[in-house]
Amino acid sequence: MTDVRRSTRIALYGYGLLVLAVMYLPLVSVGFAAVSKARYLTFPIRRYTSEWMGAALTSPNVKDLVVTSLKVAVTVTVLSVILGFFGALAFARFQWRYRGLFQKLILLPIFFPQAVLGLALLIWFNALGVTPSWKTAVVAHLVWIAPITTLIIAIRAYSFDPALEEAARDMGASTTTVLREVTLPLLMPGIVSAGLFAFLLSWGNFPLSLFTSGVDATLPKWLYSRMVSGYTPQIPALGILSVIGSAALLLVGLALLRLLRRRN
Amino acid sequence: MERLERRLGFLSALPIMALLTLSFVMPLLVVAGFAIMPQKVFSLAHLPDFSSFRVIIEQGYYRSLLRSLGLAFLTTTILFVICWPLAYGMAKVFGRFTLVITLAVVMLLFVSENVRLFGWNLTLMKGGLLEGHMRAWLGTGFESPLYGWPVIVFGMVYVYLPFMLFPLAQGISLVPDDARLAAADLGAGRWRILFQIEMPLAAPGIMVGCLLTFVLSAGAIAEAKLLGGRSVVVLTDDVESAFTFGQNWPLGSALSLMLIVIVALLVLVPISRIDLDTLMGRKR
Repeated sequence: MTDVRRSTRIALYGYGLLVLAVMYLPLVSVGFAAVSKARYLTFPIRRYTSEWMGAALTSPNVKDLVVTSLKVAVTVTVLSVILGFFGALAFARFQWRYRGLFQKLILLPIFFPQAVLGLALLIWFNALGVTPSWKTAVVAHLVWIAPITTLIIAIRAYSFDPALEEAARDMGASTTTVLREVTLPLLMPGIVSAGLFAFLLSWGNFPLSLFTSGVDATLPKWLYSRMVSGYTPQIPALGILSVIGSAALLLVGLALLRLLRRRN
Repeated sequence: MERLERRLGFLSALPIMALLTLSFVMPLLVVAGFAIMPQKVFSLAHLPDFSSFRVIIEQGYYRSLLRSLGLAFLTTTILFVICWPLAYGMAKVFGRFTLVITLAVVMLLFVSENVRLFGWNLTLMKGGLLEGHMRAWLGTGFESPLYGWPVIVFGMVYVYLPFMLFPLAQGISLVPDDARLAAADLGAGRWRILFQIEMPLAAPGIMVGCLLTFVLSAGAIAEAKLLGGRSVVVLTDDVESAFTFGQNWPLGSALSLMLIVIVALLVLVPISRIDLDTLMGRKR
Protein backbone atom coordinates (compact mmCIF):
# COMPACT_ATOMS: atom_id res chain seq x y z
CA MET A 1 0.00 0.00 0.00
CA THR A 2 2.76 2.37 0.88
CA ASP A 3 4.48 2.17 -2.49
CA VAL A 4 1.74 4.09 -4.30
CA ARG A 5 2.84 7.68 -4.73
CA ARG A 6 0.86 10.49 -3.10
CA SER A 7 0.02 12.15 -6.41
CA THR A 8 -1.24 8.83 -7.80
CA ARG A 9 -3.40 8.31 -4.73
CA ILE A 10 -4.97 11.75 -5.07
CA ALA A 11 -5.57 11.19 -8.79
CA LEU A 12 -7.24 7.84 -8.06
CA TYR A 13 -9.53 9.33 -5.40
CA GLY A 14 -10.46 12.14 -7.80
CA TYR A 15 -11.16 9.64 -10.55
CA GLY A 16 -13.34 7.59 -8.21
CA LEU A 17 -15.41 10.63 -7.27
CA LEU A 18 -15.74 11.62 -10.93
CA VAL A 19 -17.00 8.17 -11.94
CA LEU A 20 -19.55 8.22 -9.11
CA ALA A 21 -20.71 11.70 -10.12
CA VAL A 22 -21.22 10.62 -13.74
CA MET A 23 -22.98 7.43 -12.60
CA TYR A 24 -25.54 9.44 -10.63
CA LEU A 25 -25.96 12.30 -13.13
CA PRO A 26 -28.96 10.75 -14.96
CA LEU A 27 -30.81 10.29 -11.66
CA VAL A 28 -30.23 14.00 -10.95
CA SER A 29 -31.88 14.82 -14.27
CA VAL A 30 -34.82 12.53 -13.51
CA GLY A 31 -35.18 14.11 -10.08
CA PHE A 32 -35.29 17.65 -11.48
CA ALA A 33 -37.67 16.64 -14.26
CA ALA A 34 -40.02 15.20 -11.64
CA VAL A 35 -40.42 18.56 -9.91
CA SER A 36 -40.44 20.83 -12.98
CA LYS A 37 -43.71 22.67 -13.46
CA ALA A 38 -43.51 22.98 -17.25
CA ARG A 39 -45.37 20.36 -19.25
CA TYR A 40 -42.60 20.32 -21.87
CA LEU A 41 -39.35 19.84 -20.06
CA THR A 42 -36.41 22.16 -20.73
CA PHE A 43 -33.46 22.92 -18.49
CA PRO A 44 -32.68 25.12 -16.59
CA ILE A 45 -35.91 24.64 -14.66
CA ARG A 46 -37.73 27.89 -13.87
CA ARG A 47 -40.65 26.85 -11.69
CA TYR A 48 -40.98 23.89 -9.39
CA THR A 49 -44.03 21.88 -8.35
CA SER A 50 -44.77 18.73 -6.38
CA GLU A 51 -47.97 18.26 -8.38
CA TRP A 52 -46.66 15.34 -10.51
CA MET A 53 -45.30 13.44 -7.56
CA GLY A 54 -48.60 13.89 -5.70
CA ALA A 55 -50.57 12.78 -8.75
CA ALA A 56 -48.35 9.71 -9.12
CA LEU A 57 -48.86 8.76 -5.47
CA THR A 58 -52.66 8.97 -5.60
CA SER A 59 -53.38 7.61 -9.09
CA PRO A 60 -55.32 4.30 -9.00
CA ASN A 61 -53.49 3.15 -12.14
CA VAL A 62 -50.17 3.54 -10.35
CA LYS A 63 -51.54 1.59 -7.41
CA ASP A 64 -52.25 -1.38 -9.70
CA LEU A 65 -48.71 -1.23 -11.10
CA VAL A 66 -47.18 -1.11 -7.63
CA VAL A 67 -49.35 -4.01 -6.48
CA THR A 68 -48.28 -6.13 -9.48
CA SER A 69 -44.61 -5.24 -9.00
CA LEU A 70 -44.86 -6.05 -5.29
CA LYS A 71 -46.60 -9.37 -5.91
CA VAL A 72 -43.83 -10.38 -8.30
CA ALA A 73 -40.97 -9.13 -6.13
CA VAL A 74 -42.24 -10.67 -2.88
CA THR A 75 -42.92 -14.07 -4.47
CA VAL A 76 -39.53 -14.01 -6.18
CA THR A 77 -37.81 -13.07 -2.91
CA VAL A 78 -39.39 -15.89 -0.89
CA LEU A 79 -38.87 -18.58 -3.54
CA SER A 80 -35.36 -17.54 -4.56
CA VAL A 81 -34.17 -17.43 -0.94
CA ILE A 82 -35.47 -20.97 -0.33
CA LEU A 83 -33.96 -22.24 -3.59
CA GLY A 84 -30.76 -20.32 -2.91
CA PHE A 85 -30.40 -21.65 0.64
CA PHE A 86 -30.41 -25.29 -0.47
CA GLY A 87 -28.53 -24.43 -3.65
CA ALA A 88 -25.79 -22.80 -1.59
CA LEU A 89 -25.42 -25.90 0.60
CA ALA A 90 -24.97 -28.00 -2.53
CA PHE A 91 -22.65 -25.34 -3.97
CA ALA A 92 -20.31 -24.77 -1.03
CA ARG A 93 -20.96 -27.12 1.84
CA PHE A 94 -21.65 -30.73 0.88
CA GLN A 95 -19.07 -32.82 -0.94
CA TRP A 96 -20.97 -34.69 -3.62
CA ARG A 97 -20.14 -36.16 -6.95
CA TYR A 98 -21.47 -33.56 -9.38
CA ARG A 99 -20.68 -30.49 -7.29
CA GLY A 100 -18.20 -29.04 -9.81
CA LEU A 101 -20.68 -29.40 -12.66
CA PHE A 102 -23.48 -27.97 -10.52
CA GLN A 103 -21.39 -24.88 -9.65
CA LYS A 104 -20.87 -24.14 -13.31
CA LEU A 105 -24.47 -24.75 -14.36
CA ILE A 106 -25.64 -22.27 -11.74
CA LEU A 107 -23.51 -19.56 -13.33
CA LEU A 108 -24.95 -19.92 -16.84
CA PRO A 109 -28.24 -18.00 -16.39
CA ILE A 110 -26.31 -15.06 -14.90
CA PHE A 111 -24.05 -15.01 -17.95
CA PHE A 112 -27.03 -14.95 -20.30
CA PRO A 113 -28.53 -11.93 -22.10
CA GLN A 114 -31.81 -11.27 -20.32
CA ALA A 115 -33.79 -10.05 -23.31
CA VAL A 116 -33.01 -13.28 -25.18
CA LEU A 117 -33.93 -15.31 -22.10
CA GLY A 118 -37.22 -13.42 -21.84
CA LEU A 119 -38.08 -14.11 -25.49
CA ALA A 120 -37.11 -17.79 -25.19
CA LEU A 121 -39.36 -18.12 -22.14
CA LEU A 122 -42.20 -16.40 -24.01
CA ILE A 123 -42.04 -19.05 -26.74
CA TRP A 124 -41.78 -21.82 -24.17
CA PHE A 125 -44.86 -20.59 -22.27
CA ASN A 126 -46.71 -20.35 -25.58
CA ALA A 127 -45.70 -23.91 -26.49
CA LEU A 128 -46.98 -25.09 -23.10
CA GLY A 129 -50.23 -23.19 -23.59
CA VAL A 130 -49.61 -20.94 -20.55
CA THR A 131 -50.94 -17.38 -20.86
CA PRO A 132 -48.24 -14.93 -19.74
CA SER A 133 -49.16 -13.08 -16.53
CA TRP A 134 -47.38 -11.89 -13.39
CA LYS A 135 -46.89 -15.55 -12.46
CA THR A 136 -44.85 -16.30 -15.58
CA ALA A 137 -42.85 -13.14 -14.84
CA VAL A 138 -42.06 -14.68 -11.44
CA VAL A 139 -40.68 -17.79 -13.17
CA ALA A 140 -38.58 -15.64 -15.51
CA HIS A 141 -37.18 -13.58 -12.64
CA LEU A 142 -36.40 -16.75 -10.69
CA VAL A 143 -34.24 -18.17 -13.49
CA TRP A 144 -31.99 -15.14 -13.19
CA ILE A 145 -32.30 -14.31 -9.47
CA ALA A 146 -32.21 -17.78 -7.81
CA PRO A 147 -28.61 -18.38 -9.07
CA ILE A 148 -27.65 -14.96 -7.67
CA THR A 149 -29.11 -15.74 -4.22
CA THR A 150 -27.35 -19.11 -4.37
CA LEU A 151 -24.00 -17.38 -4.92
CA ILE A 152 -24.58 -14.81 -2.17
CA ILE A 153 -25.52 -17.44 0.41
CA ALA A 154 -22.67 -19.69 -0.81
CA ILE A 155 -20.11 -16.97 -0.07
CA ARG A 156 -21.37 -16.99 3.54
CA ALA A 157 -21.39 -20.81 3.61
CA TYR A 158 -17.72 -20.90 2.58
CA SER A 159 -16.73 -18.78 5.54
CA PHE A 160 -18.08 -20.90 8.41
CA ASP A 161 -16.45 -23.90 9.96
CA PRO A 162 -18.16 -27.22 9.05
CA ALA A 163 -16.87 -28.63 12.35
CA LEU A 164 -19.79 -26.83 14.05
CA GLU A 165 -22.26 -28.94 12.10
CA GLU A 166 -20.27 -32.12 12.64
CA ALA A 167 -20.12 -31.48 16.39
CA ALA A 168 -23.90 -31.09 16.52
CA ARG A 169 -24.34 -34.31 14.57
CA ASP A 170 -21.88 -36.20 16.76
CA MET A 171 -23.89 -35.19 19.78
CA GLY A 172 -26.88 -36.90 18.25
CA ALA A 173 -28.74 -34.13 16.41
CA SER A 174 -30.72 -35.31 13.38
CA THR A 175 -30.09 -33.88 9.91
CA THR A 176 -33.10 -31.56 10.11
CA THR A 177 -32.17 -30.40 13.61
CA VAL A 178 -28.63 -29.54 12.46
CA LEU A 179 -30.11 -27.64 9.54
CA ARG A 180 -32.54 -25.69 11.72
CA GLU A 181 -30.40 -25.08 14.80
CA VAL A 182 -26.89 -24.67 13.36
CA THR A 183 -26.78 -24.11 9.61
CA LEU A 184 -29.73 -21.71 9.29
CA PRO A 185 -28.62 -19.25 12.03
CA LEU A 186 -25.03 -19.28 10.75
CA LEU A 187 -26.16 -18.48 7.22
CA MET A 188 -28.66 -15.82 8.34
CA PRO A 189 -26.63 -12.74 7.28
CA GLY A 190 -26.19 -14.27 3.81
CA ILE A 191 -29.88 -15.07 3.65
CA VAL A 192 -30.87 -11.51 4.55
CA SER A 193 -28.58 -9.96 1.94
CA ALA A 194 -29.74 -12.50 -0.65
CA GLY A 195 -33.36 -11.61 0.11
CA LEU A 196 -32.58 -7.92 -0.21
CA PHE A 197 -30.84 -8.45 -3.55
CA ALA A 198 -33.67 -10.65 -4.80
CA PHE A 199 -36.36 -8.12 -3.95
CA LEU A 200 -34.56 -5.11 -5.38
CA LEU A 201 -33.41 -6.87 -8.57
CA SER A 202 -36.92 -8.15 -9.20
CA TRP A 203 -38.51 -4.77 -8.41
CA GLY A 204 -36.29 -2.99 -10.91
CA ASN A 205 -36.07 -5.68 -13.58
CA PHE A 206 -37.05 -4.59 -17.05
CA PRO A 207 -35.88 -6.95 -19.84
CA LEU A 208 -37.41 -10.10 -18.34
CA SER A 209 -40.71 -8.47 -17.36
CA LEU A 210 -41.00 -6.83 -20.79
CA PHE A 211 -41.53 -10.17 -22.53
CA THR A 212 -42.95 -12.45 -19.86
CA SER A 213 -45.52 -10.53 -17.81
CA GLY A 214 -48.24 -10.44 -20.50
CA VAL A 215 -51.01 -7.95 -19.70
CA ASP A 216 -49.90 -7.53 -16.06
CA ALA A 217 -47.52 -4.59 -16.39
CA THR A 218 -44.86 -4.10 -13.72
CA LEU A 219 -43.68 -0.61 -12.90
CA PRO A 220 -40.51 -0.67 -15.08
CA LYS A 221 -42.41 -2.18 -18.00
CA TRP A 222 -45.14 0.45 -17.83
CA LEU A 223 -42.58 3.25 -17.52
CA TYR A 224 -40.86 1.93 -20.62
CA SER A 225 -44.07 1.86 -22.66
CA ARG A 226 -44.67 5.51 -21.71
CA MET A 227 -41.05 6.50 -22.45
CA VAL A 228 -41.19 5.30 -26.04
CA SER A 229 -44.61 6.88 -26.66
CA GLY A 230 -43.60 10.41 -25.66
CA TYR A 231 -42.67 12.52 -22.65
CA THR A 232 -45.05 13.20 -19.78
CA PRO A 233 -44.01 14.48 -16.33
CA GLN A 234 -45.53 11.33 -14.85
CA ILE A 235 -42.54 9.28 -16.07
CA PRO A 236 -39.78 11.02 -14.07
CA ALA A 237 -42.11 11.42 -11.08
CA LEU A 238 -42.85 7.68 -10.89
CA GLY A 239 -39.27 6.78 -11.78
CA ILE A 240 -37.79 8.82 -8.96
CA LEU A 241 -40.41 7.61 -6.46
CA SER A 242 -39.50 4.03 -7.31
CA VAL A 243 -35.81 4.84 -6.79
CA ILE A 244 -36.56 6.47 -3.43
CA GLY A 245 -38.52 3.38 -2.40
CA SER A 246 -35.64 1.07 -3.31
CA ALA A 247 -33.11 3.26 -1.49
CA ALA A 248 -35.27 3.31 1.66
CA LEU A 249 -35.63 -0.46 1.60
CA LEU A 250 -31.89 -0.86 1.08
CA LEU A 251 -31.15 1.30 4.12
CA VAL A 252 -33.57 -0.72 6.26
CA GLY A 253 -31.92 -3.93 5.01
CA LEU A 254 -28.43 -2.68 5.78
CA ALA A 255 -29.51 -1.67 9.29
CA LEU A 256 -30.94 -5.16 9.77
CA LEU A 257 -27.65 -6.70 8.65
CA ARG A 258 -25.71 -4.56 11.12
CA LEU A 259 -28.03 -5.69 13.88
CA LEU A 260 -27.47 -9.34 12.93
CA ARG A 261 -23.72 -8.88 12.89
CA ARG A 262 -23.71 -7.25 16.31
CA ARG A 263 -25.77 -10.08 17.77
CA ASN A 264 -23.36 -12.74 16.54
CA MET B 1 -21.03 -40.07 6.84
CA GLU B 2 -19.68 -39.57 3.35
CA ARG B 3 -22.65 -41.32 1.82
CA LEU B 4 -24.96 -39.05 3.79
CA GLU B 5 -23.16 -35.95 2.48
CA ARG B 6 -23.42 -37.18 -1.06
CA ARG B 7 -27.12 -37.74 -0.72
CA LEU B 8 -27.66 -34.38 1.01
CA GLY B 9 -25.68 -32.57 -1.68
CA PHE B 10 -27.76 -34.10 -4.42
CA LEU B 11 -31.02 -33.43 -2.59
CA SER B 12 -30.27 -29.78 -1.88
CA ALA B 13 -29.22 -29.19 -5.50
CA LEU B 14 -32.48 -30.70 -6.71
CA PRO B 15 -34.96 -27.76 -6.35
CA ILE B 16 -32.88 -25.19 -8.20
CA MET B 17 -31.82 -27.73 -10.83
CA ALA B 18 -35.48 -28.55 -11.44
CA LEU B 19 -36.21 -24.84 -11.88
CA LEU B 20 -33.34 -24.35 -14.30
CA THR B 21 -34.18 -27.47 -16.31
CA LEU B 22 -37.83 -26.48 -16.70
CA SER B 23 -37.37 -22.78 -17.33
CA PHE B 24 -33.85 -22.35 -18.72
CA VAL B 25 -32.75 -25.52 -20.53
CA MET B 26 -36.16 -26.41 -21.99
CA PRO B 27 -36.88 -22.93 -23.42
CA LEU B 28 -33.46 -22.93 -25.08
CA LEU B 29 -34.14 -26.38 -26.58
CA VAL B 30 -37.48 -25.11 -27.92
CA VAL B 31 -35.72 -22.11 -29.47
CA ALA B 32 -33.21 -24.48 -31.08
CA GLY B 33 -36.12 -26.56 -32.35
CA PHE B 34 -37.96 -23.59 -33.87
CA ALA B 35 -34.75 -22.41 -35.51
CA ILE B 36 -34.89 -25.34 -37.94
CA MET B 37 -38.62 -25.15 -38.69
CA PRO B 38 -40.02 -23.76 -41.96
CA GLN B 39 -40.88 -20.04 -42.00
CA LYS B 40 -43.85 -18.70 -40.04
CA VAL B 41 -45.03 -21.90 -38.37
CA PHE B 42 -46.17 -21.97 -34.74
CA SER B 43 -45.52 -25.58 -33.77
CA LEU B 44 -42.58 -27.94 -33.82
CA ALA B 45 -44.56 -30.61 -35.72
CA HIS B 46 -43.14 -29.84 -39.14
CA LEU B 47 -40.34 -31.27 -41.21
CA PRO B 48 -37.17 -29.40 -40.33
CA ASP B 49 -35.54 -27.21 -42.95
CA PHE B 50 -32.94 -24.50 -42.69
CA SER B 51 -34.88 -21.74 -44.43
CA SER B 52 -34.45 -19.34 -41.49
CA PHE B 53 -30.70 -19.34 -41.91
CA ARG B 54 -31.10 -18.74 -45.65
CA VAL B 55 -33.36 -15.77 -44.88
CA ILE B 56 -30.81 -14.45 -42.40
CA ILE B 57 -28.13 -14.44 -45.07
CA GLU B 58 -30.24 -13.36 -48.04
CA GLN B 59 -32.19 -10.60 -46.32
CA GLY B 60 -29.21 -9.21 -44.45
CA TYR B 61 -30.23 -10.06 -40.89
CA TYR B 62 -26.67 -11.19 -40.22
CA ARG B 63 -25.72 -7.50 -40.32
CA SER B 64 -27.52 -6.76 -37.07
CA LEU B 65 -25.74 -9.73 -35.48
CA LEU B 66 -22.37 -8.39 -36.60
CA ARG B 67 -23.35 -4.88 -35.49
CA SER B 68 -24.34 -6.11 -32.02
CA LEU B 69 -21.10 -8.07 -31.65
CA GLY B 70 -19.06 -5.08 -32.81
CA LEU B 71 -20.77 -2.69 -30.40
CA ALA B 72 -20.37 -5.23 -27.60
CA PHE B 73 -16.66 -5.58 -28.34
CA LEU B 74 -16.22 -1.81 -28.30
CA THR B 75 -18.18 -1.53 -25.05
CA THR B 76 -16.03 -4.20 -23.41
CA THR B 77 -12.77 -2.56 -24.48
CA ILE B 78 -13.82 0.89 -23.28
CA LEU B 79 -15.07 -0.53 -19.98
CA PHE B 80 -11.80 -2.35 -19.37
CA VAL B 81 -9.81 0.87 -19.81
CA ILE B 82 -12.23 2.96 -17.71
CA CYS B 83 -12.57 0.43 -14.90
CA TRP B 84 -8.95 -0.67 -14.47
CA PRO B 85 -7.72 2.42 -12.55
CA LEU B 86 -10.85 2.49 -10.39
CA ALA B 87 -10.67 -1.25 -9.68
CA TYR B 88 -7.00 -0.82 -8.87
CA GLY B 89 -7.82 1.92 -6.40
CA MET B 90 -10.57 -0.20 -4.85
CA ALA B 91 -8.33 -3.24 -4.43
CA LYS B 92 -5.09 -1.58 -3.37
CA VAL B 93 -5.42 2.08 -2.40
CA PHE B 94 -8.80 3.26 -1.15
CA GLY B 95 -9.48 1.43 2.12
CA ARG B 96 -12.83 2.70 3.44
CA PHE B 97 -13.61 4.63 0.25
CA THR B 98 -13.85 1.20 -1.48
CA LEU B 99 -16.94 0.47 0.62
CA VAL B 100 -18.48 3.81 -0.41
CA ILE B 101 -17.90 3.09 -4.11
CA THR B 102 -19.19 -0.48 -3.77
CA LEU B 103 -22.40 0.62 -2.04
CA ALA B 104 -22.99 3.52 -4.43
CA VAL B 105 -22.52 1.32 -7.50
CA VAL B 106 -24.57 -1.59 -6.13
CA MET B 107 -27.41 0.81 -5.30
CA LEU B 108 -27.53 1.88 -8.95
CA LEU B 109 -27.94 -1.77 -9.97
CA PHE B 110 -31.28 -1.74 -8.21
CA VAL B 111 -32.60 1.15 -10.31
CA SER B 112 -34.25 -0.08 -13.51
CA GLU B 113 -31.92 0.36 -16.44
CA ASN B 114 -34.70 2.06 -18.39
CA VAL B 115 -35.10 4.75 -15.73
CA ARG B 116 -31.34 5.38 -15.76
CA LEU B 117 -31.19 5.49 -19.56
CA PHE B 118 -34.22 7.77 -19.61
CA GLY B 119 -32.23 9.99 -17.25
CA TRP B 120 -29.40 10.12 -19.80
CA ASN B 121 -31.95 11.04 -22.41
CA LEU B 122 -33.03 14.03 -20.27
CA THR B 123 -29.37 14.87 -19.61
CA LEU B 124 -28.16 14.78 -23.20
CA MET B 125 -31.19 15.98 -25.19
CA LYS B 126 -31.46 19.44 -26.70
CA GLY B 127 -32.59 21.65 -23.82
CA GLY B 128 -31.59 18.85 -21.44
CA LEU B 129 -29.60 19.14 -18.24
CA LEU B 130 -26.27 19.74 -20.00
CA GLU B 131 -27.23 21.60 -23.17
CA GLY B 132 -29.92 23.69 -21.46
CA HIS B 133 -27.64 24.94 -18.71
CA MET B 134 -24.80 25.56 -21.14
CA ARG B 135 -27.09 27.61 -23.34
CA ALA B 136 -28.41 29.57 -20.35
CA TRP B 137 -24.96 30.33 -18.96
CA LEU B 138 -22.73 30.60 -22.02
CA GLY B 139 -25.29 31.53 -24.63
CA THR B 140 -24.35 28.67 -26.91
CA GLY B 141 -25.43 25.04 -26.93
CA PHE B 142 -24.28 21.90 -28.75
CA GLU B 143 -25.80 19.32 -31.04
CA SER B 144 -27.43 16.53 -29.07
CA PRO B 145 -25.38 13.31 -29.28
CA LEU B 146 -28.56 11.23 -29.02
CA TYR B 147 -29.78 8.87 -31.74
CA GLY B 148 -26.60 7.34 -33.12
CA TRP B 149 -24.41 4.35 -32.42
CA PRO B 150 -21.83 6.14 -30.22
CA VAL B 151 -24.49 7.06 -27.67
CA ILE B 152 -25.65 3.43 -27.63
CA VAL B 153 -22.12 2.35 -26.75
CA PHE B 154 -22.06 5.07 -24.10
CA GLY B 155 -25.32 3.75 -22.66
CA MET B 156 -24.01 0.19 -22.55
CA VAL B 157 -20.74 1.30 -20.94
CA TYR B 158 -22.83 3.08 -18.33
CA VAL B 159 -25.28 0.25 -17.63
CA TYR B 160 -22.71 -2.58 -17.55
CA LEU B 161 -19.93 -0.79 -15.65
CA PRO B 162 -20.58 -2.71 -12.38
CA PHE B 163 -20.16 -6.03 -14.20
CA MET B 164 -16.64 -5.04 -15.22
CA LEU B 165 -15.69 -3.11 -12.09
CA PHE B 166 -16.34 -5.74 -9.41
CA PRO B 167 -14.69 -8.74 -11.13
CA LEU B 168 -11.66 -6.56 -12.02
CA ALA B 169 -11.31 -5.35 -8.42
CA GLN B 170 -11.58 -8.94 -7.23
CA GLY B 171 -8.93 -10.00 -9.78
CA ILE B 172 -6.53 -7.19 -8.87
CA SER B 173 -6.82 -8.03 -5.18
CA LEU B 174 -5.33 -11.42 -6.11
CA VAL B 175 -2.06 -9.70 -7.20
CA PRO B 176 0.36 -9.91 -4.26
CA ASP B 177 2.01 -6.57 -3.42
CA ASP B 178 5.36 -8.35 -3.11
CA ALA B 179 5.33 -9.34 -6.77
CA ARG B 180 4.82 -5.73 -7.83
CA LEU B 181 7.44 -4.40 -5.42
CA ALA B 182 9.97 -7.02 -6.45
CA ALA B 183 9.50 -6.12 -10.12
CA ALA B 184 9.89 -2.43 -9.28
CA ASP B 185 13.07 -3.14 -7.29
CA LEU B 186 14.46 -5.04 -10.26
CA GLY B 187 13.96 -1.93 -12.35
CA ALA B 188 10.72 -2.63 -14.20
CA GLY B 189 8.85 0.52 -15.27
CA ARG B 190 5.20 1.26 -14.56
CA TRP B 191 3.92 -0.08 -17.90
CA ARG B 192 6.07 -3.17 -17.75
CA ILE B 193 4.73 -3.98 -14.28
CA LEU B 194 1.19 -3.44 -15.57
CA PHE B 195 1.54 -5.74 -18.59
CA GLN B 196 3.88 -8.41 -17.24
CA ILE B 197 2.96 -8.65 -13.56
CA GLU B 198 -0.42 -7.18 -12.72
CA MET B 199 -2.50 -8.12 -15.75
CA PRO B 200 -1.40 -11.77 -15.91
CA LEU B 201 -1.92 -12.25 -12.18
CA ALA B 202 -5.33 -10.55 -12.30
CA ALA B 203 -6.33 -12.63 -15.34
CA PRO B 204 -9.26 -14.51 -13.72
CA GLY B 205 -10.97 -11.23 -12.81
CA ILE B 206 -10.23 -9.69 -16.21
CA MET B 207 -11.69 -12.72 -17.94
CA VAL B 208 -14.88 -12.80 -15.89
CA GLY B 209 -15.38 -9.03 -16.27
CA CYS B 210 -14.81 -8.98 -20.03
CA LEU B 211 -17.01 -12.03 -20.64
CA LEU B 212 -19.87 -10.68 -18.55
CA THR B 213 -19.87 -7.25 -20.18
CA PHE B 214 -19.49 -8.68 -23.69
CA VAL B 215 -22.31 -11.17 -23.31
CA LEU B 216 -24.66 -8.72 -21.61
CA SER B 217 -24.07 -5.94 -24.12
CA ALA B 218 -24.34 -8.29 -27.12
CA GLY B 219 -27.85 -9.14 -25.94
CA ALA B 220 -28.78 -5.63 -24.78
CA ILE B 221 -32.02 -4.08 -25.94
CA ALA B 222 -32.94 -1.03 -23.85
CA GLU B 223 -29.93 1.13 -24.80
CA ALA B 224 -30.65 1.04 -28.53
CA LYS B 225 -34.34 1.71 -27.97
CA LEU B 226 -34.08 4.54 -25.46
CA LEU B 227 -30.90 6.32 -26.58
CA GLY B 228 -30.53 5.16 -30.18
CA GLY B 229 -34.11 6.07 -31.04
CA ARG B 230 -34.41 3.18 -33.53
CA SER B 231 -31.73 4.73 -35.74
CA VAL B 232 -29.54 1.68 -35.12
CA VAL B 233 -31.06 -1.80 -35.32
CA VAL B 234 -29.34 -4.25 -33.02
CA LEU B 235 -29.77 -8.02 -32.98
CA THR B 236 -32.30 -8.14 -30.14
CA ASP B 237 -34.46 -5.61 -32.05
CA ASP B 238 -34.61 -8.00 -35.00
CA VAL B 239 -35.36 -10.95 -32.72
CA GLU B 240 -38.12 -9.03 -30.98
CA SER B 241 -39.81 -7.89 -34.17
CA ALA B 242 -39.59 -11.40 -35.66
CA PHE B 243 -41.39 -12.75 -32.59
CA THR B 244 -43.96 -9.95 -32.31
CA PHE B 245 -44.94 -7.93 -35.43
CA GLY B 246 -43.32 -10.35 -37.87
CA GLN B 247 -45.05 -13.42 -36.37
CA ASN B 248 -42.09 -15.45 -37.62
CA TRP B 249 -40.92 -17.55 -34.70
CA PRO B 250 -38.48 -19.67 -36.71
CA LEU B 251 -36.62 -16.57 -37.90
CA GLY B 252 -36.52 -15.07 -34.40
CA SER B 253 -35.38 -18.41 -32.99
CA ALA B 254 -32.61 -18.82 -35.55
CA LEU B 255 -31.33 -15.30 -34.81
CA SER B 256 -31.43 -15.97 -31.04
CA LEU B 257 -29.75 -19.32 -31.56
CA MET B 258 -26.81 -17.71 -33.36
CA LEU B 259 -26.29 -15.33 -30.44
CA ILE B 260 -26.73 -18.15 -27.91
CA VAL B 261 -24.14 -20.30 -29.67
CA ILE B 262 -21.61 -17.47 -29.76
CA VAL B 263 -22.25 -16.71 -26.09
CA ALA B 264 -21.94 -20.40 -25.18
CA LEU B 265 -18.66 -20.80 -27.07
CA LEU B 266 -17.24 -17.73 -25.33
CA VAL B 267 -18.44 -18.57 -21.85
CA LEU B 268 -18.19 -22.35 -21.52
CA VAL B 269 -14.43 -22.77 -22.00
CA PRO B 270 -13.29 -20.18 -19.41
CA ILE B 271 -16.03 -21.14 -16.92
CA SER B 272 -14.94 -24.76 -17.06
CA ARG B 273 -11.40 -23.72 -16.13
CA ILE B 274 -12.15 -21.41 -13.20
CA ASP B 275 -11.86 -22.89 -9.73
CA LEU B 276 -14.88 -21.37 -8.02
CA ASP B 277 -13.96 -22.61 -4.56
CA THR B 278 -10.83 -20.46 -4.37
CA LEU B 279 -12.35 -17.50 -6.23
CA MET B 280 -15.20 -17.31 -3.74
CA GLY B 281 -13.01 -17.61 -0.67
CA ARG B 282 -13.06 -21.18 0.56
CA LYS B 283 -11.25 -21.41 3.89
CA ARG B 284 -10.10 -25.01 3.94
